[in-house]
Amino acid sequence: MTAVLQELGEYLSLKRNDCVLSWSIAHDELTVDVAPSNIEDFVEFLKSDQRCKFSTLVDITGVDYPERAKRFDVVYHFLSMYQNHRIRLRVSIREEDMLPSIVNVHPSANWFEREVFDMFGILFTNHPDLRRLLTDYGFRGYPLRKDFPTTGYVEVRYDEAEKRVVYEPVKLTQEYRQFDFMSPWEGAEYILPGDEKEAAK
Amino acid sequence: MMDGSKGFEDAQTGEQQIRNFNINFGPQHPAAHGVLRLVLELDGEIVERCDPHVGLLHRGTEKLMESRTYLQNLPYFDRLDYVAPMNQEHAWCLAIEKLTGVEVPRRASLIRVLYSEIGRVLNHLLNVTTQAMDVGALTPPLWGFEEREKLMCFYERACGARLHAAYFRPGGVHQDLPAELIDDIEAWAHQFPARLDDIDNLLTENRIFKQRNADIGIVTEEDIQNYGFSGVMVRGSGLAWDLRRAQPYECYDEFDFQIPVGKNGDCYDRYLVRMEEMRQSVGIILQAVQKLRDCPGDVLARGKLTPPKRSDMKTSMEALIHHFKLYTEGFHVPAGEVYAAVEAPKGEFGVYLVADGTNKPYRAKLRAPGFPHLQAMDHMAKGHQLADVAAIIGTMDIVFGEIDR
Repeated sequence: MTAVLQELGEYLSLKRNDCVLSWSIAHDELTVDVAPSNIEDFVEFLKSDQRCKFSTLVDITGVDYPERAKRFDVVYHFLSMYQNHRIRLRVSIREEDMLPSIVNVHPSANWFEREVFDMFGILFTNHPDLRRLLTDYGFRGYPLRKDFPTTGYVEVRYDEAEKRVVYEPVKLTQEYRQFDFMSPWEGAEYILPGDEKEAAK
Repeated sequence: MMDGSKGFEDAQTGEQQIRNFNINFGPQHPAAHGVLRLVLELDGEIVERCDPHVGLLHRGTEKLMESRTYLQNLPYFDRLDYVAPMNQEHAWCLAIEKLTGVEVPRRASLIRVLYSEIGRVLNHLLNVTTQAMDVGALTPPLWGFEEREKLMCFYERACGARLHAAYFRPGGVHQDLPAELIDDIEAWAHQFPARLDDIDNLLTENRIFKQRNADIGIVTEEDIQNYGFSGVMVRGSGLAWDLRRAQPYECYDEFDFQIPVGKNGDCYDRYLVRMEEMRQSVGIILQAVQKLRDCPGDVLARGKLTPPKRSDMKTSMEALIHHFKLYTEGFHVPAGEVYAAVEAPKGEFGVYLVADGTNKPYRAKLRAPGFPHLQAMDHMAKGHQLADVAAIIGTMDIVFGEIDR
């Protein structure tokens, strides 16, 4: 399997040298890094080329790395039912960057891009209908960014007096706990209780 | 007027300009299979446009998973597609095993296949019968749910829970199956085809059922590629695409089963495919039962990923420490990214896992098969009658746990 992917990777980097920044194979999976401006073009090529024939879009998702200058990775998964292989495309973009939509090539990208917009706030140019998908009507913020708190900012309840559902800022009776089970011997970045003197040195 | 300048602006011609009618379908509608809100634009009874509003069951599973350990995340998978819980867990376990390179013992692998197929029957029983209810038949769900009940008892006897199993674990399955349970599963598998025949007799040649399903919601090969379909939505249109066969995982390659395909790609063919898939699943279950009897042994790959044996814990200090660390800190997964997919009853269920070497996933994306299916609702429902919308939702096998996540 890896040999086939190796061949495919070489073929792609040879044929579309302008789009493929780099490629690698790990765990029997081919990952290709693509420049953001070329993505639509490259996906079109993957779909139409007889050797690739990546006709099915499996998934589009984002990954947030807040410490990087190019903050987001947008990851595309494609499948070819004809050639029976898969490929993963990865595009790195800055927070303010926009990405060309691939709806014209794969109509199924519509909701996937809406979801990425909803969850990460990444804008897709030429998308026909870029609305929020999964979050509430009128929701603010982008939940899957790492700086968005897991508890969110608002909560809803039914107000008996007003006879309607009201939105209020989140009130927690106890602070939301992110449990840290990491062993203190490996990579604890805090001062252990009772160890304050040692830390002050 | 005398000069005849008056146009035909009487009440009757004015009324001829009929505007399209917008209706709101759901979110609390029994045929919506959960909390689906459809905004439909109707021209008379013909659907012109269909805009599904999803997310009413959004629980932020992917966000929650980022702050929990790998093992703590496992039960979330039961709550995605709650009709066939173990098939989802399977994808999560496969992703972790792929990254850590753990080899699952053969007996555990067989148990996984056995329970994945039980999950498939569970799902198809629910789907076929409730879809029949959507188009007007009341008896099939009553008969089908009786069989589902028996299957959920098998779930319970394996893991203690009827629905939210948390039974597949990275490195194997949680506990071994008792011999009596395997016998009972075999006995069930022998009597089940007769029950399937009963449902078959009710529906397959039923005039109303055929009228409501044949030639409704036709999917072509082009649609499949354009809209990212998988599972029965593909096989109903004549493409023999099944991940169990095309990209075998677990030990599916040593099982003997057929992949049923439809011909016309309409709702009726998908119903037939599901019925046949259940029969094939029963065949796999019987084979798995036989193989399980010939293959005693451990069901967990003992190592860092899995707890030590109970008996070891009572005698060995190291085993006790291992157990404690495993259930508090959890195991660490080497950095890397991986996509693992299984042929869930509804189609391709995939997990895209980005690990950063700690005990928690950096990012986990759940690829639910129902998501692209529902997306194609506008395309599929266009030009059909309002009543067919219910049939199409039913045949797509929509469950909101997995779509909204």
